[in-house]
Amino acid sequence: MAPTVPAPAAPRVPAAARARPPLVLLAGNPNSGKSTLFNALTGARAKVANYPGVTIDRRSSPLRLGDGRTVEVVDLPGTYSLSARSREEQIAVDAVVGRGLPAPDAVVVVADATALGRALYLLLEIVDTGAPVVLALNMADEARDGGVEIDVDALAYLTGVRVVPTAAKHGEGIEALTAAIEAAIAEPGAPPAPLAVPPALAADLDELEREVLDAHALEGHRAARAWAAWLLLSLDDEGDDDLQGIPASVRAATGRIRTRAAAAGRDIDLEIIAARYERVDAIAGAATRHERVEAHPWTERLDALLTHRVAGTAVFAVVMMVVFQALFSWSEPAIALIEDQVAALQGLVEGLLPPGPLTSLLVNGVIAGVGNVVVFVPQIALLFLFIGLLEDLGYLARVAFVVDRLMKGVGLHGRAFVPMLSGFSCAVPAVMATRTIESRTDRLLTMMVLPLMSCSARLPVYVLVTATVFGPASTIGFLSTGAVVLFAMYTLSVVATLGAAAVLRRTLLKGPGAPLVMELPPYRLPAVGVLLEGVWQRVRTFLVDAGTIILAMTIVLWALLTYPTSAAVDARFEARQAEVQALPEAERDEAQAAIESARAGEQLRESAAGRAGRLIEPVIAPLGFDWRIGIGVLGAFAAREVFVSTLGIVFDIAGADETNEPLRAALGSATWPDGRPLMTPLAGVSLMVFFVLACQCMSTIAVVRRESGTWRWPIFMFAYMSALAYGASLIVYQTGLALGWGLG
Amino acid sequence: MMPVMLPTLATLAVGESAVVRRVSGRRAIARRLLEMGLVPGTRVTVRRIAPLGDPLELRVRNYALSIRRAEAAGIDVEP
Repeated sequence: MAPTVPAPAAPRVPAAARARPPLVLLAGNPNSGKSTLFNALTGARAKVANYPGVTIDRRSSPLRLGDGRTVEVVDLPGTYSLSARSREEQIAVDAVVGRGLPAPDAVVVVADATALGRALYLLLEIVDTGAPVVLALNMADEARDGGVEIDVDALAYLTGVRVVPTAAKHGEGIEALTAAIEAAIAEPGAPPAPLAVPPALAADLDELEREVLDAHALEGHRAARAWAAWLLLSLDDEGDDDLQGIPASVRAATGRIRTRAAAAGRDIDLEIIAARYERVDAIAGAATRHERVEAHPWTERLDALLTHRVAGTAVFAVVMMVVFQALFSWSEPAIALIEDQVAALQGLVEGLLPPGPLTSLLVNGVIAGVGNVVVFVPQIALLFLFIGLLEDLGYLARVAFVVDRLMKGVGLHGRAFVPMLSGFSCAVPAVMATRTIESRTDRLLTMMVLPLMSCSARLPVYVLVTATVFGPASTIGFLSTGAVVLFAMYTLSVVATLGAAAVLRRTLLKGPGAPLVMELPPYRLPAVGVLLEGVWQRVRTFLVDAGTIILAMTIVLWALLTYPTSAAVDARFEARQAEVQALPEAERDEAQAAIESARAGEQLRESAAGRAGRLIEPVIAPLGFDWRIGIGVLGAFAAREVFVSTLGIVFDIAGADETNEPLRAALGSATWPDGRPLMTPLAGVSLMVFFVLACQCMSTIAVVRRESGTWRWPIFMFAYMSALAYGASLIVYQTGLALGWGLG
Repeated sequence: MMPVMLPTLATLAVGESAVVRRVSGRRAIARRLLEMGLVPGTRVTVRRIAPLGDPLELRVRNYALSIRRAEAAGIDVEP
């Protein structure tokens, strides 16, 4: 055993004497069943908040102990160790040693009993901080079935913590775990037994521990030595880490010690980690009886199939097709239902309230805005249902394993594949899905390029423009022109996405490319409750955080498209209204509708957005767009498909969709003031290229704001995509003009 | 004289196993590999290669770990 040196122990305030309830942290490796255990323990009434400064959910829930007291249980992000380079990774260590947050009264470490060694590494790191620890030996049943017998008493003796075997999925061991938590809280923590390390490292740790104490960097004394070890492992020698709240003197001392050690030919990282694993091996060796090689025979058999060159690729393709099909088609009825309900509600309110600006705000601003938010819910829910299912089954890691080679080329990780693919359906759920990517740089990179994937909202634009400029029956060889155009647009979007990723990886989001060091967890059946709760949490976060931004933007856009209203236009149409009343009854409805359409068009042209369309015409004319298309492009910021209906209103055709013949005819016959046709095939292609590349979607911006935690990234994304779209359309149109192509 | 090619994890064939001798490479990656249990003295088996030739699936400490060839080439092993 390690020699015990008395460490300065901080006086512990009895939990009952404080106002707040005792704090219990839940730590553990990913795939250890931690979330399932959290739900089993607390009954899934989790409160979700954000850790300050990072976009990681902090799940917490009250737990009633046997003695009637209530403690707060916080679910820490899953991790293999406490060491960190980013603020996200720093959350776990700060919570355990109580920096910036109250120190925990107990820490429950959840271990996958079938991979005890790796879990013990994290356990020892946490035990070293002096926090009272309970080890939940999860999936103990599975380990037993796989031929791994763990001696719980020996494990408890050797680690010095309470050990409770659990099977969270079946709700087993939960009462015993609650009792162990109660006991751990009641008992003052023993000073931690320091890790047995080589003498040179021990001296380093002594020195840095003193420095930490002198800087008063920690509340108490007990965690100082463990934190010193953490600093030596985590701080970057060039200061190139993103860790917060490290006193300058401590940072300097860490650098000094590391430099000295390196000069002496020592590798401090290796010394610390190897010392810990030496102890892990000693404990695991003594506490684990009889170990067969195959702990997961089923996983072996499935992997032989699922990662097989041919069969595995085929299964992978089928699974991705199903996800795709779900996003595209299965979400459709729910989306249609939401759209119908929103329209019905708008009709109802319009019927109940007198016409006027307030009614318009309510109907076209507020209700439309809520509709704009809720309409994403089916796709978000379905995508997260699939991702959760694949993740919990263990298959998502295999997806990354199979496609990593492809993604590596553009500096991305195999984990980025599913979010990217989802981008073909809709960028909003896809951006949210980037959370499955561990590194923040990789996550940002994926988020920044994802919206270039041609989403389903661009389809109506392609359909309208293709049909208008090429005619529905046009063909190229034996292919319909529409098919060729669609293929070209999708190809362009994929090329742009990969190109942008490659460029960003070498410039703004520099990095050597994400290393892939990824556990392939055993295949397991998911716990349905945890899965559904995860889906609900994503949906709720979206509704609350991104939803408010989308609602606000909808109202702003409504105002721009509505105000200022023109009294002159109103007066003119009042007069025409009177003429309609004089018509024979049979013709009255049609005439009335024509007037309404004309009036809506006139008012839109007079609105701020309408004027802006005229104002920007000199800027967009080199792309082949006139002011009317400009208004459509501005209106499409609400959502790309809105381009079609906005353009309809501009051309005095209310309620047009992409298959609307009058709109196609109107667009087809529209001209520039000098009589040149507006929508030539060349202008059509330029417009479609613009829509492939432009960030014409406020919801994407809102959700990137939510997921990146700042406005900086969504603004950058909007700027670079707009520039890219403008440049590409300019090149297409001007080159075409110079060569005399596609002018009608 | 030809440089002697020392065996690394990347030179192992599927099904072969060896003991880690040294982990080199960028600090962040080396530290991560060590923390995932690839410390010197640990026995590792190459279990599988992904359909496109990269990454590898290793068996270490009774669990499955996937790393790329580039990282595997930085891990010296001995039989």
